[in-house]
Amino acid sequence: MIDPFAVKDCALIAIATGERAHNLRELRDRLETTRPGCIYYHFWGGLLRPSFDDPEYQNDFAVWAYHGLHDRFLAERLALIDPTDFGNMEELRRELIEIIEERLDENELVPWAAAHQQFHFIRSQIVVFDTGIRIGEPEALNEQIPHLTVGSIFYHFVDARRRTANRKDDFSEWLKGFGNTYGGLLARLAALDPYFKSLTELRSQLVAIFKEYMGK
Amino acid sequence: MTDLLLDRYQEIVGEDVINNLRQLAEPLQGTKVVHVNSTREGGGVAEILHRMIPLKEELGLEPSWEVIVGDGDFYQCTKYMHNTLQGNRFEIPQPLLRQYEQTNEENAERLREQLEEADFVIIHDPQPAPLLNLCSGRKGKWIWRCHIDVSRPYRPVWKYIRSLVEPYDASIWSLAEFAQPLHHPLYLIRPSIDPLSEKNMELSSSELQEVLERFHLDPGRPIVVQVSRFDRFKDPAGVIEAFRLAKTFTPLQLVLAGGGATDDPEGEEVLAEARAAAMDEPDIHILLLPSDAHRTINALQRISDIVVQKSTKEGFGLTVTEAMWKGKPVIGGEVGGIKLQVHNHHTGFLVNTPEGAALRIRYLLTHRDKLAEMGQKAHKFVLENFLITRHVREYLTLMLAILRGTEERIELV
Repeated sequence: MIDPFAVKDCALIAIATGERAHNLRELRDRLETTRPGCIYYHFWGGLLRPSFDDPEYQNDFAVWAYHGLHDRFLAERLALIDPTDFGNMEELRRELIEIIEERLDENELVPWAAAHQQFHFIRSQIVVFDTGIRIGEPEALNEQIPHLTVGSIFYHFVDARRRTANRKDDFSEWLKGFGNTYGGLLARLAALDPYFKSLTELRSQLVAIFKEYMGK
Repeated sequence: MTDLLLDRYQEIVGEDVINNLRQLAEPLQGTKVVHVNSTREGGGVAEILHRMIPLKEELGLEPSWEVIVGDGDFYQCTKYMHNTLQGNRFEIPQPLLRQYEQTNEENAERLREQLEEADFVIIHDPQPAPLLNLCSGRKGKWIWRCHIDVSRPYRPVWKYIRSLVEPYDASIWSLAEFAQPLHHPLYLIRPSIDPLSEKNMELSSSELQEVLERFHLDPGRPIVVQVSRFDRFKDPAGVIEAFRLAKTFTPLQLVLAGGGATDDPEGEEVLAEARAAAMDEPDIHILLLPSDAHRTINALQRISDIVVQKSTKEGFGLTVTEAMWKGKPVIGGEVGGIKLQVHNHHTGFLVNTPEGAALRIRYLLTHRDKLAEMGQKAHKFVLENFLITRHVREYLTLMLAILRGTEERIELV
């Protein structure tokens, strides 16, 4: 017997660490030591905080490279990093530092930001709560997904990759419990990259995937 | 129409947002939260508290709001603090600082029992900051909420304020760049507007017509409005200059509307400067409105074609949020929280000079389709990000987080 799927929701609160970078070398140095939660926040936090839904770049490091340092080359390279390609925050940290070091090697001068455009390292606390909703069958999950809050989508489809053993989303982990019955659905969920989308777009795509698979 | 505030918000933001608030509030039922600031009318802080208190109450908390009371010297001192924390270099005279401390001592006598019993005390801005040290029997968590931009303060004044706020359990800032390092968690919460308040609710066309007539505004010519206190950081003189530059190309009327706040003694001086700069130009309307003229402000924003907020320093800029909520693109100074709200070519334009503001006024008035499109985007952006429901959610999250320490993940079971 498979346990019902417990729908949870979450809220994120941002905390300034007080760490700042004025130039690219300082950014590199801070990235060496800053806590993993900071890197996580600057890649994923944008999904749950007030932001414009049509960002030029998807992560805060790329945004700063463009607006703070006015370095389009670096901004484009940083923007291409997809955090879902990395097994953990340490691997992601190494990739970030590699790209920044490469850029430092290319330049004679270290790019600086104006005093009012420093990079501020931010971390977050996430509060997770149980909505009380329980789903017994995958067909019922299909019915429920359109009604999930963006917080629930974040928790089950994005945050799950950080806390589940297989680094998968919670829906896939649960569906696997039904054996091979939902193999096609699992493949489609695995192909859905959550990174370059807003949470409402992600919810719409999940709805479409489930509907198409369930034939409703 | 329902009497429950939450039901009325639900009509605007949707059921999922309100359910989310109810669930977050569940573990906080009966929690006593006291907010303390220095004015009940005028300014963004008072406006937020007016609605946040009943909303928290409806969610099952026990909130209250206290205002500290002082004399002219006290408000003069706190105005100096405000200005110096925002970067003006000025030594606050010792007698004023003594008055500041004494006023807090007097207010502590009145409020001590209530503050010491509260589960959370949220102190807004520097005015009541000394209260923590004056409540030695406190049992709850104390949070200092800083609404101003302290990114580059005049150091001697910040050093003094820091000694008062360092012992708090946490502080809240509007933006990371405003925050100064302190030995406690520096939470980041952006302020908000209330879509149901008189300042932001829908108004009838007859009410808009009445406001046009009352202030002798011609609906046949474009209207540019800046709403803000008469404060030098809001650069009213720069707005007048921008108006004059733009008016050489297109017919235009300017409204500079501001209310007084009881804790702002500098307002009259700046108002006189603005009147002098206007030089009796009939198309410049400088309006000093009472602090409760919310519907008038609302109407002025709604009858405008473009809203300007040409600040040279700004905490968050709630007047920008209000204008965007009404579907107006905003031409704003490239400072503080305005940068978070105004996105070039999407929700308005960021400018640094009167010339820049004039250029964008001309652009928008000659591209009416863009003006309308940007106004729509601006409204949607506020709906999703800057309404009071989001603000309350973050306060609830913060309280839950503070009660459970500093760990990154808090699971409520």
